[in-house]
Amino acid sequence: MIRLLFAATLLLVAVPTTAQDKLPPAPYAYRQLDDPQQEDSAKALMDTLRCLQCQGQAISDSDAPIAGDMRNQVRLRIAQGESPEAIRAWLVERYGSYVSYKPHIGLQTWPLFVAPAAFVALAALVLRKRFGKGDSA
Amino acid sequence: MIANFGLAALWFAAALAILQMVAAGLSIRRDNPVLAGLVRPAAIVQGLLAAAAFGALIALFWRTDLSVKLVAMNSHSAKPLLYKIAGTWGNHEGSMLLWVTIMGLAGAFVALVERRLTERAMLATLGAQAFVSIGFYAFLLVASNPFERLNPAPPEGLGLNPLLQDPGLAFHPPTLYFGYVGLSIAFSFAVGALITREVSPLFARTMRPWVLGAWIFLTLGITAGSYWAYYELGWGGWWFWDPVENASLMPWLAATALLHSVSVLASRNALRAWTVMLGVVAFSMSMIGTFLVRSGILTSVHAFAVDPTRGTFILVLLAIYIGGALLLFALRAATVTEGQRFTVTSREGALVCNNVMLTATLGIVLIGTLYPLLAEAMGNKVSVGPPYFNPMSAMFVLPMLVVMGVGPLLRWRRDKLVRIGRRLIAPAFFSAGGMIFMLVKGASALPALGMMVAAGLLVASLMPLSGRRLRMVTLPLWGMVLAHFGVAVALFGMAADSAFTKERLIAARIGQTTDVGPWKVELQTIMPVAGPNWTALEGALAATYQGDHTVILRTQSRSFWAPFQQTNESALHTRWNGQLYVVLGDQVEGGRWQLRLWWKPFVTLIWLGGVLIALGGLLALTGRVASDLRRLVAVNMIAYRRKRQGR
Amino acid sequence: MSDTSVPLVKTSGLTLWLPLALFSGFVALVLVGLLRPASREVQSAMIGKPLPAFSLKPAIPDIPGLAHTNFVGGKPRLLNIFASWCVPCAAEAPQLEALRRSGIEIDGVAIRDTQADLRLFFARNGNPYSRIGADNVSAVQFAIGSSGVPESFIVDGRGIIRYQHIGDIRPEQVEIILARLKEAEH
Repeated sequence: MIRLLFAATLLLVAVPTTAQDKLPPAPYAYRQLDDPQQEDSAKALMDTLRCLQCQGQAISDSDAPIAGDMRNQVRLRIAQGESPEAIRAWLVERYGSYVSYKPHIGLQTWPLFVAPAAFVALAALVLRKRFGKGDSA
Repeated sequence: MIANFGLAALWFAAALAILQMVAAGLSIRRDNPVLAGLVRPAAIVQGLLAAAAFGALIALFWRTDLSVKLVAMNSHSAKPLLYKIAGTWGNHEGSMLLWVTIMGLAGAFVALVERRLTERAMLATLGAQAFVSIGFYAFLLVASNPFERLNPAPPEGLGLNPLLQDPGLAFHPPTLYFGYVGLSIAFSFAVGALITREVSPLFARTMRPWVLGAWIFLTLGITAGSYWAYYELGWGGWWFWDPVENASLMPWLAATALLHSVSVLASRNALRAWTVMLGVVAFSMSMIGTFLVRSGILTSVHAFAVDPTRGTFILVLLAIYIGGALLLFALRAATVTEGQRFTVTSREGALVCNNVMLTATLGIVLIGTLYPLLAEAMGNKVSVGPPYFNPMSAMFVLPMLVVMGVGPLLRWRRDKLVRIGRRLIAPAFFSAGGMIFMLVKGASALPALGMMVAAGLLVASLMPLSGRRLRMVTLPLWGMVLAHFGVAVALFGMAADSAFTKERLIAARIGQTTDVGPWKVELQTIMPVAGPNWTALEGALAATYQGDHTVILRTQSRSFWAPFQQTNESALHTRWNGQLYVVLGDQVEGGRWQLRLWWKPFVTLIWLGGVLIALGGLLALTGRVASDLRRLVAVNMIAYRRKRQGR
Repeated sequence: MSDTSVPLVKTSGLTLWLPLALFSGFVALVLVGLLRPASREVQSAMIGKPLPAFSLKPAIPDIPGLAHTNFVGGKPRLLNIFASWCVPCAAEAPQLEALRRSGIEIDGVAIRDTQADLRLFFARNGNPYSRIGADNVSAVQFAIGSSGVPESFIVDGRGIIRYQHIGDIRPEQVEIILARLKEAEH
């Protein structure tokens, strides 16, 4: 047990120090686009893309190097005039819908959008009987 | 020694919980004054023993007793005392012990003070509370013993995640737990009511203060957690729709719905089965949330102790408690009539609307959180995030908030909108103003709609006070007004932040000045500093607001050594109209430093709103308890006089 | 989570059972999730598609760089995404060496790496690569749908991506890789 504990200590110390690359961040990882409008649409897109290595964070909220490289990709493509949705589609083509926090309405995701409507319909159905004239009580 | 004491206390508490449940169960079936007399004392002693066990664990962390595995795994002798103590609940076992402690103490408190319900209903309630406790005691003792020993003891502990070493986070989990577990009381009352078939306004009045209390803690806990994420994670976000956040939001939504339906039941004897249902659902959401977080079944930044065995154990508990309560509901609720009727335009109508909308929102959060799991089971990987949650929840929340502005002005049973029309002119005017302002500023649809509703609501929430003598307004009414006003304030903050935040990311040289919104920020110096268990580089920034006075902000890039980790400590400057948020990043080529700067107009209103909502709850709770006490005194006085006259 | 009995109206028993039914569904779903823990791996969706166009500069001067045009020579090749700073990459080096010795052409894409570090890495672990492209902003990694290091892709002789291996290649997995490479010949 104790050896395991120490092994765990070593791991904790070793992983972050060695698994860190020495390259500076990609040009547009921490730098905004000069055109504020382009930067706004890049930011909006980055808020909805999932970092591939961090557990459940958007690439715009993460310090992981791969998130920085993804931000670089997004900003460069926006600067070249690509539309945000085209960039999203490009990434989804490579990583599946996992990479996008914005589920598109499709065969895999329709219950997400039908369920709330179904709930309200059900509530209305049940409540219809409930509302009587105020003085029937 | 202390560890043995703690473990023994835990075993005794579990035994007493069994006694409490069996005695309650038997005396409900057949009157048995001796057994029935055992129930309340058992509940009280059980609660005290659980608290003693928790106290023992705190003492172990305080002294950094490394012979206890939990301490060795999660603490370190070089840690500041505050975080040594907070480390007690910063891990799986300790937080589960906190869970049963609160559950035990809440049960003890009920057993001690609650005398309003019939004795039979009380027995059923305390029996249900013990039944739930037993499962969690078993979970602790069998699958997550906090007092497990290491032999020999290691020379040093592994330390606590630096992100958790923060005063805000030291108190955020206990606050949230008081809320989660406090709802178990509502659950037990609901189950007790189903067993005894006693669902009445009295039941609602008895349950209400307990729900209010838990709800206040939940509100504060969520508010604090959101603020912690905001300043600690270093990217200026305050809500991420992360599974852990959703796990705290779901019980809050259910408890908020319960709070409103309980008042319909208390004043109008309507929505009886529905209120019982919500009582079951609220605590079920607490348990489901805890399960989702602890089992590691969902991917989350907060990933706690990921352990499938524990996951299975909690799932079995869930199936027993929630499944059992829902089964009881299905079998019994048909005999609980729904009570008085009312029209759509009435106070009850508005409250029903509130309940439907809140439950629909709860449904969206639940399905959005679980959907990735469902997709995975069918062989797809799907991510559900803000682009789903934001518009979908707004679809229900915004209309609900409109009703919230109108509802409190309506009379019970039946009313006409025409009657209150005049009092809606001012709110409508403000709404229109808010919308026009946002459209002129070019804000996108969601923030614009949010601002429209918030602006109207700021005025509408105060309208119930109009035409009243303020000195005559009761505390619960003040509480409602304040809480509703708090919702408007928070929504205003959210809309302003998402529409008007200015972001600036630069690589700055020392002495370089940059603009962010109305601020000019100069990077003055970068200096090394040392803390108790970290070293850091500290950047000093001079920020000037519109050429006015200058403030100095100090932001740090910290390196902790046990365990090794780097964190970025943001620095904030708060003005009445917003916050300046700065973060120091890494050094880059040419002696430049990464800086992240944000100007966030009115962002603080989000958490101020949260605090106002909780304060409103506190006012209402104080008012309810005070009037209950007055009634109790009056009843006793009458009984006393009768007794004297009879003599 | 549905509402229930109504006074004077006959209670529909089914609505009362709805919450329990929904909860049972939840338990079943979660049970599946517990018994079959979700993999944290993100599969590339590029399998079966042609390798995207790219051209990377050499990561170290004495070994040529890498472009998509290098993959249309008629024989399947192994495309290995790696980095000198990645611990599992060092662990899989002997397996890559074994694959090279059995006649497989291995091309490397070095993620966010420096020349000095790569030389040190090869001095320690050997160099199995015919070509190494420097991918300093992970652009090629994104283009082929890779989400970490190390990952290995089998690209057939017409430049079609046929197989993805996520994580380091363990000694017992060398056979699988060889079999997949054989498959990719057709």
